[in-house]
Amino acid sequence: MDITLNGLTKRFPARGRKAQGMTTAVRDLSFTVPHGKLVGLLGPSGCGKSTTLNMICGLEAPTAGRILFGGQDVTDLPPELRGVGMVFQNYALYPHLSVLQNILFPLENLKGKERPTRAAMRERALEAARLVQIEELLDRRPRELSGGQQQRVAIARALVKTPRVLLLDEPLSNLDARLRLPPRDEICKIQQKTGITTLFVTHDQEEAMSISDLIVVMKDGVLMQQGRPQQVYDDPDSLFVAKFLGTPPINVFAGEVKGGQLYLDGGGARPVLAAPGAPDGPVWAGVRPEGFTPAPDGPLACAVSRVEVLGRDVSIVCAHPACQGGTLRAILRSARQAEAAAAQARFALVPEKTCLFDRRTERRIRTDAPRP
Amino acid sequence: MERMSKKAWLYLLPALLLLAAFLVYPLIDVTLYSLEECYNFASQTYQGVGLYNYSYVLHDPYFLQAVENTFVLVVITVPLSTLLALLISTALAAVPKLQQLFQTVYFLPYVTNTLAVGLVFMVLFQRTEYTDGLVNLMLSWFGAGPVDFINGPHWAKMFVLCFYTVWVVLPFKILVLTSALASVDRTYYRAARVDGTSRTRIFFRITLPMIRPMIVYLVITGFIGAFKAYSDAVALFGTDLNAAGMNTIVGYVYDMLYGDSGGYPSYASAAAILLFAIVLTITCINLLVTRRDERA
Repeated sequence: MDITLNGLTKRFPARGRKAQGMTTAVRDLSFTVPHGKLVGLLGPSGCGKSTTLNMICGLEAPTAGRILFGGQDVTDLPPELRGVGMVFQNYALYPHLSVLQNILFPLENLKGKERPTRAAMRERALEAARLVQIEELLDRRPRELSGGQQQRVAIARALVKTPRVLLLDEPLSNLDARLRLPPRDEICKIQQKTGITTLFVTHDQEEAMSISDLIVVMKDGVLMQQGRPQQVYDDPDSLFVAKFLGTPPINVFAGEVKGGQLYLDGGGARPVLAAPGAPDGPVWAGVRPEGFTPAPDGPLACAVSRVEVLGRDVSIVCAHPACQGGTLRAILRSARQAEAAAAQARFALVPEKTCLFDRRTERRIRTDAPRP
Repeated sequence: MERMSKKAWLYLLPALLLLAAFLVYPLIDVTLYSLEECYNFASQTYQGVGLYNYSYVLHDPYFLQAVENTFVLVVITVPLSTLLALLISTALAAVPKLQQLFQTVYFLPYVTNTLAVGLVFMVLFQRTEYTDGLVNLMLSWFGAGPVDFINGPHWAKMFVLCFYTVWVVLPFKILVLTSALASVDRTYYRAARVDGTSRTRIFFRITLPMIRPMIVYLVITGFIGAFKAYSDAVALFGTDLNAAGMNTIVGYVYDMLYGDSGGYPSYASAAAILLFAIVLTITCINLLVTRRDERA
């Protein structure tokens, strides 16, 4: 069951004492979540991603646009008729009910012919519990569970009615950062086991990149880019997307393209990279941390501030006048490379790890250089 | 550790002193009074120690009448007022725009003086030479005969007292329940909506359990408050409650001390201790029942 959003728009009356008119939370949003895929809806806080999720779920009515589940228009259907399962950010487990009662709750709402027998309900609840591996916790109260266990209960409750679509609102943000990895894998595993079309909202790019089949990046209620995580990371359409994805973040230099060559501000008369086909003019040059190679006669000269050994790789922090924030961070694979780099303080740029953006519009400038 | 506990006792000292002076000492004193037989108020002497005072009080028809009145009042007003408050506060929560206004309206009785309210009730219920009172006027529209609510049959007077009590305690309960309802996390309701939960089910399976601690609190304080009822009866039926047959236990205690037939601190003490025992027992039962439910 794929989810298609068609020109989805949501406007709220503006809040606050002096507020007037309307705030647009989501503007003309269109994208498709393909059947059986895990899609991450990614964006900074307040970008409208939760509003989007609420509209898909049916908790909020869109101002304009349609929502389709596998071709069926569900825009005007109430949540319970859409066949959605929702996991809330704080899980919203009823504290006075046991885990089993929580999972049974959606089934007990069913009326008439749809209502299964007591035994069938129990069977389905147990099945959902088995799926998320919480069979031994069924008699506990939510407050007696860890955050990760609570999340699994919430997922079991969302799945017990075998919905067509699973929605998760910031599923991991309630957990301690160190404890997020297992539940993250768990979501991925459960999604693969059930094959249910899943959309989850997050502001954590690492979270989205690591488990999603596809990511959709939003900013200020507008869709910025969508695609496979690696593809969006390697080939960002805008400076925003380039900066939003990746830890450590991309290094952004102020520069200029002249005659198909990229020059950095304050970098002297020597071009740092060929930019065939790029129009002349001021640009932002984004270089991923892994896009620097130490080279004795490299075009990029900078002053090394410090070397950070992280075990798996080494990161070098250098000062460069053209770089946003004044320092750049390069990640090198070996300590030997890092030593050489620290001594020379000169780098060559890897073309496929470097992207150019228009200085004013911050849109991507495509060059004719071959890309992987 | 030793030093810490000394410090803790030091911090507790002011509260303990005040409690001892104004709660523990009077309690002991009243108990002693209640055991002193044939206490003479003028000479401050007594002739013996025993349970005669209790026996006297328990055989006094006025006391038995007061106990009956108090129990009727408690049994009717506590559940009724709690239910009404729940109904009204739930309705208030459904109309967020008018909530402020209605909250103020419903809270007015709480800030109004008991005796002033009593006067208003007199206007509503009392028959005089000139009028049968507002309520009787309304009753006459339905063809019901005039009832003397203030000086008439016992059930009519009891009705007025219960009506009055419910009306007086309602505002506080509405206030407590409204804020309890507002403090329930909205996400639970959203989750319930996603699952297509009906309104009734949301109320009974989510809202009610969530505000349950507040309801328990209201029922317990309601019981205690209703057992201590006195001024309401005075406001409605005057100071000679025994004659009106509308006395309460606290009223009986007062009459025994200062009333026209008063001057018997021993009887008053015995009655007060009996009231204390009743309230203590019922509160304990209340707590036990609610605790057991919570564990279940």
